[in-house]
Amino acid sequence: MDARGPEVRFEGVARSFGGGGVAGVDCTIAAGSFVALVGTSGAGKSTLLRMVNRLVEPDRGRILIDGRDVAEGPAPLLRRHIGYVFQSVGLMPHMTVAENIALVPRIAGLPAPDGAALLEMVELPPEYAGRAPAALSGGERQRVGVARALATGAKLMLLDEPFGALDPVTRDGIGRRYRELHARLGLTSLMVTHDMAEALLLADRILVMAKGRIVGDATPAGMLAGKAGAEADAMIAVPASQAARIEALRR
Amino acid sequence: MNDLLAPLPGLAAHHLLLSAAAVGLALLVALPLGVLAARRPRLAAVSLGIAGVIQTIPGLALLALFYPLLLAIGHGVPALGFLPAWLALSLYALLPILRNVVTGLGGLDPAVMEAADGLGMTARQRLRLVEAPLAAPVVMAGIRTATVWTIGAATLATTVGARSLGNLIFAGLQTEDWGQVLVGCLASAALALIADGLLALIERGVARRERWSLMLGFAGVVLGLVAASLPLIGSGAPTVVVGAKNFSEQYVLARLIGARLEQAGYRVSYREGLGSAVALRALRQGDIDVYVDYSGTIWADTMHRPRPAPRAETLAGIATFLRPALMVGPLGFENAYALAMKRPGAARLPSADLRGLAAAAPRLRLGADLEFLSRPEWRAVRDAYGLRFAATRAYAPSFMYRALESGQVDVISAFSSDGRIAADGLTVLADPARALPGYDAILLVSPAHAHDRPFLDALTPLVGAIPVEAMRRANYMVDRDSDKASPADAARWLAGQVERR
Repeated sequence: MDARGPEVRFEGVARSFGGGGVAGVDCTIAAGSFVALVGTSGAGKSTLLRMVNRLVEPDRGRILIDGRDVAEGPAPLLRRHIGYVFQSVGLMPHMTVAENIALVPRIAGLPAPDGAALLEMVELPPEYAGRAPAALSGGERQRVGVARALATGAKLMLLDEPFGALDPVTRDGIGRRYRELHARLGLTSLMVTHDMAEALLLADRILVMAKGRIVGDATPAGMLAGKAGAEADAMIAVPASQAARIEALRR
Repeated sequence: MNDLLAPLPGLAAHHLLLSAAAVGLALLVALPLGVLAARRPRLAAVSLGIAGVIQTIPGLALLALFYPLLLAIGHGVPALGFLPAWLALSLYALLPILRNVVTGLGGLDPAVMEAADGLGMTARQRLRLVEAPLAAPVVMAGIRTATVWTIGAATLATTVGARSLGNLIFAGLQTEDWGQVLVGCLASAALALIADGLLALIERGVARRERWSLMLGFAGVVLGLVAASLPLIGSGAPTVVVGAKNFSEQYVLARLIGARLEQAGYRVSYREGLGSAVALRALRQGDIDVYVDYSGTIWADTMHRPRPAPRAETLAGIATFLRPALMVGPLGFENAYALAMKRPGAARLPSADLRGLAAAAPRLRLGADLEFLSRPEWRAVRDAYGLRFAATRAYAPSFMYRALESGQVDVISAFSSDGRIAADGLTVLADPARALPGYDAILLVSPAHAHDRPFLDALTPLVGAIPVEAMRRANYMVDRDSDKASPADAARWLAGQVERR
C-alpha cells in the first residue's frame, strides 16, 4: 500500500433498502482527503459507507479503490485492509486492549503489531494494554477502536458516526486528535456524521446526502458560503444559529 | 448394612459412565446443530420444537420405547442394557444444551458481531474467536442442566437392563427394603450435586476467565470419569449376566444362581427388574445368560398355547421351543397364579374354591398385580368360572397384599410360592376346573452357555432342589415388614437348604 491513502471512486452505486437506501452515487474521493458524509437519518450515508468494505453489497454500480473493484475476491480479505470505526466501537469484551488491537493482524495471519506504538498513536498510556474494555471510558474505547483499525497499516479509514456516542468535550478532543493522525499518516478518511459542525471543522470536503443521492458537494468554506445548495444551507443553519445564540448570551 | 453398600461403587460407576456418555452424545449433536440453528431461525424453531416434545415424554416411557425400536432394527443390535439407555438419555439431554447454544449465540452484542465482520473475520474465525468464547457461559449452564437431569433420569435405566443406581431403588421398592431405596436415591443425588458443582466451577472459569476454577473443574470431571472406568478394566475372568424379573423371588433366585457361578470362577453381574416378556427375549438374544422363568408364562405368553397341558408335556414343549437356549430343568416348586382371600372372607363363600368365588364375585373387589389382568391366565380363569367382580384394581405385587390386608380389596391374584400366603393366613382358592396352568420355576440358560460345562455344572444341582416351602420362607424373609433380609441374605439361607438335601 502507498504511503498515501488510496483514492475511492463510486460509479453509479445503488442499493435499495426500506430506509437509508442509495439511489445512485457517482463520486471520487481523492487520495489522502478527509471527506465527511452528512445528511439527515435515512439519507443513505451509512449504507454508502458500508458498501466500500462490503458490509452491504450494492445492487448496481461499482466501487473502486485505487482503480480496483472491491467486489473482486472474498470480502473478509478486503476488510482487513480497510480501517472501520463505528459508533458502538464493538471491542471484544473477552479480550484485553492489546488483544483487541492485535486482532486484525491475528486473523490475517500477520505478525503482531507494536501495541505500545499504536496506543501512543491514539494517546493512551502503555499500561492500558492489559486492561479489559469494560474498564475504559467511552472516549478511551473509541481510541482503542481507532488503534485497532490502524493496526494493519490500513490507509483507508471508514468512520461511521465514530464519535457520536461521546460527550461534547471528549468528542471535540478525540476529533481533533484523529484529524492530526489523518494528516500525519496520510490517510484517506471517509466519515459519516449527522453533526454539521463536526464535518465543517474536521473535513476537507463535505458531501451532503438526501434520499440516497449526493445533493451537495463543497469544501467547508464553500459550504459556509452557500455553494452547496439548499439542503446544505438548512443543515448549516442549525449550528450557525446555535453559535449566534450562544454569542448573544455572552453579551 | 455392608450388604447394602457393597454394590454401591460399581453401580455408581456405571451410573456415572452412562450419564457421561449420554451427555457426551447430546453435546456431539446439540453443539453443531445449535450453531446452525442460531443462524437459521426456522431450523431453530423446528429443532427446539422436536427437542421440547421429546422432553415432555416421561423418562421411563422414552427408555421403554427404545426397546421395541432396537428390537425392530435387529441384526444383533442389543435391545437391552447400555444402548437403549444411552440413546434415550442422550435425547433427553438434548434440549437444555440446544436451547442454550441458540440463546447464547443469539444474545451476543450486535456491535461486537459488526466489529467481527468489519475487521474481516471469516465466519469460522468469528465462531472460534468471538461467538464461542462469548456464548460459552450460557452453553455451559445448559450442559450443567442437562447433566443434572441425566444423572437423575439414569436411575430409570435399570428398567431396560442397564446397570445404574436405579438397581438399588427398584430392587428396594420391590422388596420394600427402604434402606436400599434410600441408598440409591442419596447416591444418585450426591452424584448429581458433585457433577453440578464441578460443572459450575468450569462455567465460572469460562465466564470470568479464571484459569484455576476451569482447571479444578476439568480435573474433577476427568478424575471422576477415570475412577468410574477403573473397575471396568478389571480382571479377565469371563463375566456372565444373571437376569431377574421384578419381584422378590426373582431377586433371591438371581443371587442364589450368581453365588454359585461366582464359586465356579465366573465374574457375575445382575440385570434385575426386567419385565416378563423382556427377560426371555433378553436370554434368547444373549443379553442375559441365565434366569428363572415359569413354565405357564412361557407356554401361554410366548408360545401362545390357548390351553394348559399336563406338566411333562408342557416342560418338554418349552425345552424344544427355546432351543438353542437351554432349559436346564425345573427347580422343584411352582409359582402359579392363584386367587387368594383372607380366611374369614373365604369362609363366607358358598365353597372355598373358584366356583364359590364366582357366585359371590359381583359383591367383591379384585386386586391384581400389574400384569395379571392383561394375561391369558386371567382370561382363562375368568371365562372358565364366569368371574365378574364389582371392581378390579392393579397394584405392584408387594402392595397388593397390603391392599388385601387393609380391606381395600377382597380377593387378590396371589402367587403360590409367596411367603405372605402362609404368613398372612390367606386361603388359596382351589381350581376345580383346572383353568390355571402350572407354573414350574424353570432354570433357563442363554444359547452362548448352553454347552458351557462348568457353567451348567454350577447350576444343575439346583434342579429339583428347591421345595415350595423353602422358597416361600426365603421370599418371606425379604418381604416381611420387620427384620427384613436382603435378597442376597435370603439366597444364602436358601443355598443352605439346597446343600442339606
